[in-house]
Amino acid sequence: MLQGWVIVLASFLYLGILFAIAWYADRRADSGRSLIANPAVYALSLGVYCTTWTFYGSVGRAAASGIGFLPIYLGPTLLFALAGFILHKMIRVAKTNRITSIADFVASRYGKSQLLGGLVTVIAVVGVIPYIALQLKAVSNSFAILASYPDIIMPAKAGAVPLLQDSALYVAMILAAFTILFGTRHLDATERHEGMVAAIAVESVVKLVAFLAVGVFVVWGMHDGVGDIFAQAALAPEVAHRLASADSPAAYGTWGTLIFLSMFASLLLPRQFQIAVVENVDESHLRRAVWMFPLYLFLINLFVLPVALAGLLHFPGGGGVDADTFVLTLPMAHQQEALALFVYIGGLSAATGMVIVETIALSTMVCNDLVMPLLLRLPVLGLAARADLSGLLLEIRRWAIAVILCLGYLYFRVAGEAYALVSIGLISFAAVAQFAPVVIGGLFWKGGTRDGALAGLAAGFVLWTYTLLLPSFAKSGWLPDGFIAHGLFGIELLRPQVLFGLAGLDEITHCLVWSLLVNMGAYIGVSLMRVPNLREARQATLFVGGAEAAGIPGWRGSAGIGDLLPLAGRFLGLERAQEAFSRHARQRGLRSLHELPADTRLVGFAETLLAGAIGSASARAMVASVVTEEPLGIDEVMNILDEASQVRAYTRELEQKSRELTRATAELRQANARLQELDRMKDDFISTVTHELRTPLTSIRAFSEMLHEDPRIDLAQRSRFLGIIVSETVRLSRLINQILDLAKLESGRAEWTVAAVDVAEVIREAADSLAPLFVDKRVSLQLDGCEAGLNVLADRDRLMQVMVNLLSNALKFVPVASGRVKVDVGAAAGEVRVSVTDNGPGIEAGDQEVIFEKFRQGTGNTDVLIDKPQGTGLGLPISRQIIEYFNGRLWVESTPGAGACFVFTLPRQAGDNGASQPTGEQP
Amino acid sequence: MIRSRLTAQRLAFLFLLGCFLFNYPLLSVFNRGGSFFGLPPLYAWLTGSWLALIALMAWVVESRAD
Repeated sequence: MLQGWVIVLASFLYLGILFAIAWYADRRADSGRSLIANPAVYALSLGVYCTTWTFYGSVGRAAASGIGFLPIYLGPTLLFALAGFILHKMIRVAKTNRITSIADFVASRYGKSQLLGGLVTVIAVVGVIPYIALQLKAVSNSFAILASYPDIIMPAKAGAVPLLQDSALYVAMILAAFTILFGTRHLDATERHEGMVAAIAVESVVKLVAFLAVGVFVVWGMHDGVGDIFAQAALAPEVAHRLASADSPAAYGTWGTLIFLSMFASLLLPRQFQIAVVENVDESHLRRAVWMFPLYLFLINLFVLPVALAGLLHFPGGGGVDADTFVLTLPMAHQQEALALFVYIGGLSAATGMVIVETIALSTMVCNDLVMPLLLRLPVLGLAARADLSGLLLEIRRWAIAVILCLGYLYFRVAGEAYALVSIGLISFAAVAQFAPVVIGGLFWKGGTRDGALAGLAAGFVLWTYTLLLPSFAKSGWLPDGFIAHGLFGIELLRPQVLFGLAGLDEITHCLVWSLLVNMGAYIGVSLMRVPNLREARQATLFVGGAEAAGIPGWRGSAGIGDLLPLAGRFLGLERAQEAFSRHARQRGLRSLHELPADTRLVGFAETLLAGAIGSASARAMVASVVTEEPLGIDEVMNILDEASQVRAYTRELEQKSRELTRATAELRQANARLQELDRMKDDFISTVTHELRTPLTSIRAFSEMLHEDPRIDLAQRSRFLGIIVSETVRLSRLINQILDLAKLESGRAEWTVAAVDVAEVIREAADSLAPLFVDKRVSLQLDGCEAGLNVLADRDRLMQVMVNLLSNALKFVPVASGRVKVDVGAAAGEVRVSVTDNGPGIEAGDQEVIFEKFRQGTGNTDVLIDKPQGTGLGLPISRQIIEYFNGRLWVESTPGAGACFVFTLPRQAGDNGASQPTGEQP
Repeated sequence: MIRSRLTAQRLAFLFLLGCFLFNYPLLSVFNRGGSFFGLPPLYAWLTGSWLALIALMAWVVESRAD
């Protein structure tokens, strides 16, 4: 039944089904109902880690070293325990920066360096090619073995078969075609391939079920359970030593090294990065993968040791059967044709899954980080001016896939036979482990620079090539092997696998010790030689700092939609670019993309968009060609990055304080001016008071002296003098009383007896008390409205004082005999208004306020104090103080020559019923 | 996803635990002849502790207790 054509047909049928699944998943993705938005699919697709190396090679390694195959799967288990710290951060960083490959990741981290991206790509391609060769070898071997059924014949050595009869060549060609169909049908701005992921998840299931089927058949079909196999193995002297591991420090060292190595491989292999980071639909899927992926690894390895032991028991002494093929040859030896075919399909799954994802990831890197930067730099091609480059991008990727598979085949022809499957895979693991310092360091250490990363990677890569890759060529006879035994140029110290005399380690551990030591040393050492420049510092903040750094602008300067849309269109296709910009416009709350302002945010968006298609370093270069950018100055970036916010906060605080100080200073200055004014007024007051006091004193003294010194003065004269003395004394004491009164009022120590007062009654009383004076001077006094009985809240005696003051003031200025004084009382708007009108000389407009100042009398000449009998110059100021105390106003209205009218108002007491409340406190 | 710092730290603890379980010197304890329920001790140990570690990881990320 297992003729060649059946196997070929089954193979193509299987590949066809896979393609259909991928096509369907892509359709679903386009219609928005993603098939892979599911944590289980994510975890299964991570199973791409298990290649033919696992499927066939684990049994081979187990047959050679017992449990020694296991560290390769314990490492990823441990890595996923660190998912919360490493993988989660990588996914987040990759999503915000649209990172599409491990090369892009490293290039972007260290300042979007094209050189660095190119170096990572070269290392990845060179490092992974042995791994691809391994898949070709496994598929072509399994095909050859199965096709020779019912005989079990190991295929001839690869180099011995003529090129055109080599099935591996055809496998390589078919895989290339299949990968091209899968991965490069269209260009996606995010480099995500939903269909591919769905197909990979299915492949993971197929290979797991196939392997479990073999395991179940071998354990329970051929033997009586696991215990039976181990019991038989323990009895067979050749097999028994596989049951335990070699118990030496070197063996444990190798064990630990492999765990360490596989930990990084499951993260840094281009296909692992592609599936785990780039193809991740939702961060939350990682939670399920944390245990599902290790569980997958556990299950696929469960039967490895039993199958290996069963193989050793069944084909004693090797029997001409390669242990790598036990999975296939055991069912064949027991005539299980269907199972054998299923196992072959499982192996094909493992191979195709690996080759598809790996070459797609590598082709993206080759295109974005190696070829495009070079092509764009060659002015001869005029690419920078070409309208639509999206077709060219796809073309480059297709060629890259073909070339990578060719290189894989070449390595298979050259070196493939020298090693078992597992050893070939480990060479690749050691190569990608070189990325670990720059990737892990870049995620957690801000100090790494582009130079440091370049130095570290280059040094590690050189040592890997020298200690692992070249010896693999030499062992297959492709290079003279003299340098392995005697060192380069015959220098013993330079023997590649005992470098500087470091012996006692297996070649993988030996390579890792040297390459990683030099790699880390160069990375850290060179990085520390200078401070990260602006772009590195910005990227470092984005990668290490996570989301909080996202607001940092990367561009200063701008370009409009008119420049950016055609640019993006050239790489993505105009339609896709328009769609993306429209989405961006909607996110910013704009109606259409034409409303997008030409700002740094738009430029940043365009750069990220392009980064998805051509890599971050190229995207930066392309965007720079249309943006008229003023480069960020060091000061500005310092502003942005570090102290800015603090400094700004301090500045704000300082400004605030300075404003407060200014205000306080102004207030102080004002207060000071007021104080000076008051001081001057006090001086004036004292000099005025002393002057006022001296006038009556001088007069009293003069008359007293005359009386004292001249006893001959007649009586009439004496009596006249004494009259003057008495009146001057009265005046003096009144002046002193008024000064004391004013001082009390001003200092607020005056005593008030507040009660409801009938204004009209007070006026009448005041008029009565002054009536003799009016009669003396023959001045008429007329009272109007004094019967109204209006009540105000006031001190009766004080109010009386005001009235007497105003009346005597009026009396003082009216002419003798023809003088008229009129008092009016009225109520208006809740106030009682009292006016005292005279027909005296009136007051100049400029004097109408002056007269209310102390010791100033309205004379028309404010600077000269004119002594008037009965006038102290304190009456009006005192009156105003009193009226204002009761919330009233006192002022004068006058036209010079037409008399004066003194008016005061007081709030009328509500109800006018005489019920009064003392106001108590002073204002 | 593993947003909670506590979950991340629990996982990191399991990482350290795994490093201890799967490495020298603990391995040398089981790396001997004889049989454990019909299985070689090293095989039984690695299979058992690996499965237990996966179960613990599942429990840590799937429990909503924190």
